[in-house]
This record gives sequence, C-alpha cells and structure tokens, in this order.
Amino acid sequence: MWPAARALVRRDMRLLWARRGDALQPALFALLTVVLFALALGGEARKMAPMASAVLWLAVLLAGLLSLDNLFRSDAEDGSLEQWMLAPVPLWWLVLVRTLVHWLTTAVPVILAAPLLGELLHLPRAQLPVLMVSLLLGTPILSLLGAVVAALTVGMRRAGVLVALLALPLYVPVLVFGAGAVAASAQGLDAVGALLLLGAGLVLALVFAPLAAAAALRIAHN
Amino acid sequence: MGAVQARVARPLELPHMPDVAVAASPLLAVRALTFSRDETPIFGPLDFSVDVGEALLVQGDNGAGKTTLLRVLAGLLRADRGEVEVDGRRADAGSRARQIAYLGHLPGLKADLGASQNLEFLAGLHGQRASQPAGLALEVVGLTGFEHAPVRTLSAGQKKRVGLARLWQSPAPLWLLDEPYANLDLEGITLVNRMVEAHLASGGGALLTTHGAYAAPPVRTRMLLLGAAP
Repeated sequence: MWPAARALVRRDMRLLWARRGDALQPALFALLTVVLFALALGGEARKMAPMASAVLWLAVLLAGLLSLDNLFRSDAEDGSLEQWMLAPVPLWWLVLVRTLVHWLTTAVPVILAAPLLGELLHLPRAQLPVLMVSLLLGTPILSLLGAVVAALTVGMRRAGVLVALLALPLYVPVLVFGAGAVAASAQGLDAVGALLLLGAGLVLALVFAPLAAAAALRIAHN
Repeated sequence: MGAVQARVARPLELPHMPDVAVAASPLLAVRALTFSRDETPIFGPLDFSVDVGEALLVQGDNGAGKTTLLRVLAGLLRADRGEVEVDGRRADAGSRARQIAYLGHLPGLKADLGASQNLEFLAGLHGQRASQPAGLALEVVGLTGFEHAPVRTLSAGQKKRVGLARLWQSPAPLWLLDEPYANLDLEGITLVNRMVEAHLASGGGALLTTHGAYAAPPVRTRMLLLGAAP
C-alpha cells in the first residue's frame, strides 16, 4: 500500500509543480475574502475583533471549496481512475491519500497564513492558538466530506455550483464547532469540549469518508 | 524472472516461436458470462478460454459489447452471471491486479507530466518493481526522445504508444487490449503485433478487440465473434 501511496503523492506534487500558478489560488482567495471583510467592516478593531475568528473560518472553508470539483474529475476524464480501480491497493486508500494531499496543498497554506490574516482582522492574540487548533482539526474533515461530494458528482460533465450546494450543508457542523470553539474561549469558557468533538469528527471522517467516496466513484464510473 | 530479463536485454528481438507448453489450467477461463445494462442484454452467455501462448481476437460491430466484455474481465464492471477464472482460480480484485494488464480507450495519462513520469507513477501504483526502467519501455515503443515532453504535446498515436509501454513494463501475464490498433500508423500496428508475439512467447496470453480486419498478430489466434443479440 505504501509504494502506491508514495507514487500518488509524487505524482500529485509534480502535477502541482507543473501548474504552480493554480496552486496558489486557494490561499489568494482566502486572503482576498479576508481583505474584503476587513474593508466592509470599516477596519475598526472594536467592531472586527469579535467576528475575526468566524471570518477566518469562513475564508478557509470557501477556499477549500474552490478546488473540490477537480479532486477526482481530471482523473476520471483521462482514465487514471480506471487504473486506480485496477491497482492491487484498495480504492479507498488512494482516495484517502489523494484527499490528504488535497488538504495539504489547499488548507495548510491558508492555515499557515492564519496568524497574518488574523492581524488583518484584529483577531485578539489570545484566541490565535485555539483558532489554529480548531482549523487543524476541522479542515481535514472539510476535505474528507468534500471528497465524498466530489466523488458523487464526478459522473456529471460539469458540476460547478452543485458541488458547493451539496458540500456546504455538510460543512455546517464543522463550522459550528470550529468557530464555536474560538467563540467559547473568547468568552472565557473552556474550548476543549468543542475541540474534542472536532477530533472525534475527524476520526469518523477518516474512517468512513474514503469508503463512501470510493463507493461513489465506482457507481459514477459505471 | 529470466524471461523478463531476456526481454530487458533485447527488447524486440524475438525468440523464434517455441511450442509453448500448455499449462494445466488456461490463463483465463470464462463460463456462461452474461452482462446486461438496464435490463438490456449486452452479451452472453459466453464461454471461452485463453491459454498461455494464445491470443483471442474479439471481433464484432460497433456496440456489440467488445469493450464491455473487456471491462467485465478486467473487473471494472460486474457481470450478471457467469464465472471468470484467472490461472485456474476464481478471479477476485487481488488476483486480477496481479494477473491482468488492461489497455483501454482512455490512456490514463496525466497531460502535464512527461511520458516517463507517467510510467513511473503507473508502475508504482500497480506495485511493480522497476524491473524495466521507463526509458527502456519507451525505447521499445519507439518514443526515444519523447521521455520528458508533457504528454499533452504528444499525438493520439504517441499516447497509445505510452500505454503500450506501460503494458511492456507490467509483469501481468494476461493482456486485455481494447482496440490496440486504433490511432496507430502502419509501423505502430506492426509494433503491437510484435509486442503481442513477444509477450505470448514469454508465457503470456492476450485478448484483443478489433472492429475490422486489421493485421492480426502472427501467433496462435482464436476468434470470438460478438454479434447483436437476436
């Protein structure tokens, strides 16, 4: 299983390098979203600080949506997916690896930029650690849920907005607990409960989402 | 292993056709295989077998179910009824992955990567040791000098040749070739025939689909004619 995973990671990294201009798009999108919010809110620290964490969470979530449609589409169109299905490793394993690479290349750059973006929104520094932990636990769930949606829509010629319409309702609990954890700590409450729930959600998503996405890919492929 | 190394050393220099000893069980045995899509029967029931050193030429008109048959055999589609045995044992995902190499209509190549990078990935995906470097397989199919050009810039026939190079790298004994002659020039058709010949001589078997009277490989060949269901 590991040689196949290593081959897939290498391939995806090379593809990313071949299209390195596109690779920066999610992070730039998140940056612009944050800037637009900062401009719309008038740049007053007093007004922005309470919303900063929610805005950051939304920016990360929307940036992840952008590249979701292409998670399996190009592989389905050029026949790579056929080869995945014929490989001696289970399809869910390749789906999991592909999804984690997607998370690493779209969500992680934005998470790394979160301290800077937080400054832009006057995020209180004390909230930053909780925000980072909630993003690190929550964004992989977003990618995994997104993989199921991307797999379900891979048979359609152009899914476009449909991917967002299907994925956003699934993202609600993640957003509630992720942004909720930061909000709770801002009010002096304990954020650990919400973070633990996010962690539990991540474990569940790691186990079930690749299986569901692999099943959806097989159905779409017939 | 010895056979593979012989292939490495002299890519297309063929040993003169030895009488391949027919193994106790055929490489591929199919019994009463039936497939239908949305209640419409596509083919079957079919019974046939492919022995070591033998090629089965599947012929039929467009829409007769040639591609579907190959996809069922490869395990991409599930048959309604019937059995598929590979090397004497009922085929499952694992044995198919080890024993079958499938070349379909879609090349399965990433347009932004070079031919050798694509081959490297596919070999890794299928868990094969790099018994044959990608460069050598590409040399066999006549793509020397195109190793690093993005596949996007290759012609349809050249992409097909990259697919053939993947087959050449694969250790799987049973080749399922869907329209291997499509998009190829005369030289390419000869190449396919010589590759099939070499593969069969080294203990493999092959299934080929064609819709026309292309030059068949000069090997022991059986025909399977798929027609429209009466």
